[in-house]
Amino acid sequence: MGVEGIGASVVRKEDRRFITGKGRYVDDIKLVGMTFAQFVRSPHAHAKIKSIDTSAAAKMPGVVGVLTGKEIVEDKIGNLICGWAITSKDGTGMKMGAWPAMAPETVRFVGQAVAVVIAETKNQARDAAEAVVVDYEELPAVPDIRAAIKSGAPQLHPEAPGNVIYDWTLGDEAATDAAFKSAANVVSLDITNNRLVPNAMEPRAAIAEYNEAEEHFTLYTTSQNPHVARLVLSAFYNIAQEHKLRVVAPDVGGGFGSKIFIYPEEMVALWASKKVRRPVKWTGDRSEAFLTDAHGRDHLTKAEMAFDASNKITGLRVKTYANLGAYMSLFSSSVPTYLYATLLSGQYNIPNIFAEVISVYTNTVPVDAYRGAGRPEASFVVERLMETAARQLKVDPGELRRKNFITSFPHQTPVIMAYDIGDFGASLDSAMKAIDYAGFPARKDKAKSEGKLRGIGFSCYIEACGIAPSKAVGSLGAGVGLWESAEVRVNPVGTIEILTGSHSHGQGHETTFCQLVAERLGVPISQVQIVHGDTDKVQFGMGTYGSRSAAVGLTAILKAMEKVESKAKKIAAHQLEASEDDIVIENGEFKVTGTDKTIALPMVALAAYTAHNLPDGMEPGLKEGAFYDPTNFTFPAGAYICELEVDPGTGKTSFVNFVAADDFGRLINPMIVEGQVHGGLAQGIGQALLEGAVYDSSGQLVTASFMDYTMPRADDLPSFKLNHTTTLCPGNPLGVKGCGEAGAIGASAAVINAITDAIGNNRLEMPATPDRVWHAIHGNA
Amino acid sequence: MYQTTYHRPSSVDEAAALFAKGSESKYLAGGHTLIPVMKQRLASPSDVIDLSKIKELVGIALSGDALIIKAATTYFDILRSADAKKAIPALVHLVSVLGDPQVRYRGTIGGSIANNDPAADFPAAVVALDATVKTNKRSISADDFFKGLFATALEDGEIITAISFPLPAKAGYSKMRHPASRFALTAVFVTKTKSGDVRAAATGASQNGVMRVPAIESALKANWSPGALDNVRISADGLLTDIHGSSSYRANLIKVMAQRAVTAAG
Repeated sequence: MGVEGIGASVVRKEDRRFITGKGRYVDDIKLVGMTFAQFVRSPHAHAKIKSIDTSAAAKMPGVVGVLTGKEIVEDKIGNLICGWAITSKDGTGMKMGAWPAMAPETVRFVGQAVAVVIAETKNQARDAAEAVVVDYEELPAVPDIRAAIKSGAPQLHPEAPGNVIYDWTLGDEAATDAAFKSAANVVSLDITNNRLVPNAMEPRAAIAEYNEAEEHFTLYTTSQNPHVARLVLSAFYNIAQEHKLRVVAPDVGGGFGSKIFIYPEEMVALWASKKVRRPVKWTGDRSEAFLTDAHGRDHLTKAEMAFDASNKITGLRVKTYANLGAYMSLFSSSVPTYLYATLLSGQYNIPNIFAEVISVYTNTVPVDAYRGAGRPEASFVVERLMETAARQLKVDPGELRRKNFITSFPHQTPVIMAYDIGDFGASLDSAMKAIDYAGFPARKDKAKSEGKLRGIGFSCYIEACGIAPSKAVGSLGAGVGLWESAEVRVNPVGTIEILTGSHSHGQGHETTFCQLVAERLGVPISQVQIVHGDTDKVQFGMGTYGSRSAAVGLTAILKAMEKVESKAKKIAAHQLEASEDDIVIENGEFKVTGTDKTIALPMVALAAYTAHNLPDGMEPGLKEGAFYDPTNFTFPAGAYICELEVDPGTGKTSFVNFVAADDFGRLINPMIVEGQVHGGLAQGIGQALLEGAVYDSSGQLVTASFMDYTMPRADDLPSFKLNHTTTLCPGNPLGVKGCGEAGAIGASAAVINAITDAIGNNRLEMPATPDRVWHAIHGNA
Repeated sequence: MYQTTYHRPSSVDEAAALFAKGSESKYLAGGHTLIPVMKQRLASPSDVIDLSKIKELVGIALSGDALIIKAATTYFDILRSADAKKAIPALVHLVSVLGDPQVRYRGTIGGSIANNDPAADFPAAVVALDATVKTNKRSISADDFFKGLFATALEDGEIITAISFPLPAKAGYSKMRHPASRFALTAVFVTKTKSGDVRAAATGASQNGVMRVPAIESALKANWSPGALDNVRISADGLLTDIHGSSSYRANLIKVMAQRAVTAAG
């Protein structure tokens, strides 16, 4: 490892521009002749649109266009799609209702767009949007899962009777039922996985420009995957052909999944830019983000675990209702199915698992992938069950887990996943040592003498990341392949550009990806530029989500690097009159091994481009590309232990200690990994203690601002103690697994397990607000 | 935000005259309530009259048996005031748990009580300390000033100029922060006056805004100690219920916060 190579905590290259306010986000971009869009949004959760009168708005100062849902349908702009087909247990396909980018007839959630005003200034657009008169006929709304599945509940879509999108199962039901019949003990839990608002720091935004002469569109947008956006926009929405559409995702201020999806606003901006023949900008405000960004989680689950007399798990049975909101967002169908039920084996040897997932429509904003996406919900189910079982069976929670850990690899679970490697015992040992588990009883007693209720909670999570082998996801219904592409361009004077289909919106790719180049070529990272986020520059890419950028994106770069190095070695050998096999790369030089004969990378590059003296038949230039498709998911795993105190007078929780022992395989940049874990833990703890999206019975979002939606603040969080144990991922040459989602996946269960331990009442829903904890302590909930 | 006309008067009289001239005038102090609602287009005042730069409205003074805080004094200025700390440390503690540094640099005591948010901190101190609210027209006692949610005894155009706090024998403030907004989910200010009287006021709890809590006052008058409240029962009737706290939880908090306030008061 060099000072900037793999394993070095190199300071992030991109932070200078971010922390000095020099980042270039979509809203920073100003085009000549640019106009501003303001959407007219439904104030009702469910209503028929009787009429829309745009005449007054159209006459307002500065207005260049007022467009409605009717017109977008008339122009044959396609409905939004869901890219993952799920088949119900009865063999039927998912029951998908139409989602036009603006509602022509019916609105199904508060905030759904019905019209858009385009004006010269943002304020003129806002003024005119207020002058659009929409006459609604209110319909009864179903704001949550329980309301949606009630017999006689109002129907959202004629295509989905009973508001059920699919009723899907995974695993062997008969074998699992048999395991429960012969079980010595059964543990069961009813679990609510609370609904979350993603709240990326930068709200969504889009600028669309239509070039009439070339019949070409450019879309600047807040996307985690601009190529996928281009693919979907061109293939399904009838707006522009792929070669006539450039999508640029410049600096993007966080996504957490919410910026994977194609949203109505960017479709409307593109369509409108051609209609009004002016560039159209839309920048969402925070209220629009709360109302219209795809939310996360929102499950109701009944889960049961069967044990034999020796406390070995013999079966797991799970029935989950998932709220997908009013429409099916791009990957929504896959989140509570293949990203959830496939992880229900956790870190444990469970011979029989059966899961049933029923996804339903409600009059709420669509729900889709949010940091962890299905895996936090699965981990929460398994780890809450394990802790509950330990209490019920009166065994130590660490010992119960250890007894059931998978210890030999590869391990095929009953729910599709084949774990490649791991050492779950090592992570648990590390975490227990870090928190001084042996000393806990004494600490609990001392706290009690001070009037505080102290508890400790474990969470041993596993996740499937590096998403994903294309063939595997294709067989499960995915509409796309999930490989990654890269191109390495060595310029004539030896500087290097790495073009990647991964997108960085906080992950630090501009640093970590350079570190691979520094490691292999020994050049300083200042000589390397990461190019991403522009479909005109990068050939293709599947983007960043599912902790995939290192395992898939960086491996693609490695594959391209290997091709570049191979060609460069041939050139160097030719120049040095040596055998190619004798060339080694050290400190930016190509060296004939065992001699002092060297040629520096810039000279090799120059030779490649002058092409005056290349090996016979070699093409000029030094640029190679690669597509990399992984052979398996990666399986980051770890153990989190949380120790906390509850104030019985107020129900307020205070952290004493939070330790994490993660196995991410090889770390490229430990400092960035640490930051990723901190952020993930903050979101996991946020879900456990603070965050919860609440709609009232009429479908109004109660938590529509930070006055009511509790975002974690620094003083809500403990100082984390992070440790790493390492098993190198055998599935990719770098041995990396991914670290972006782990904290959000593992933390919530540790926190809830600790609080329920402290208060001696296992019935506690997230977010465990002081109010809820106090009621749980005093038993009058 | 809609169009508005911004004024920055340099005296109270000028401010009152400007207010009278506008068709729908609003005074601006720290702006923490008015500016957000204007940005959300929920308020559209014709004229915004900024009181925060009027010199005669800023300052803290100890005068005999009272601490006088002028209305446009910021929380930050109260926080660092040696006079305030010496006279009523509980008041300075209240400011230290009010909002965050950004809020404390802009927010003013006058703005807080004129707005009378049902979960604001200062109304509890004004009521429990039996302060007098001075305006450009008159003096109003604390018990007469607050009139329910966002409502006060102030007449249209009337300007608070100062709040006069009688120095207590003992005072304490204990606050359970609202997890999201950091206003008071419920907070209680308790005072033992120099004449031996006890006043306790809760904020964040009642559907009608700041309220005195007679059960706590009588128990503490009999025995000024946290333990004196052990058997006091606070009714949940009329208390707020929302996603962050049920009325029974808030009733519990009134008692627990009162006990902690007494402990803090010593």
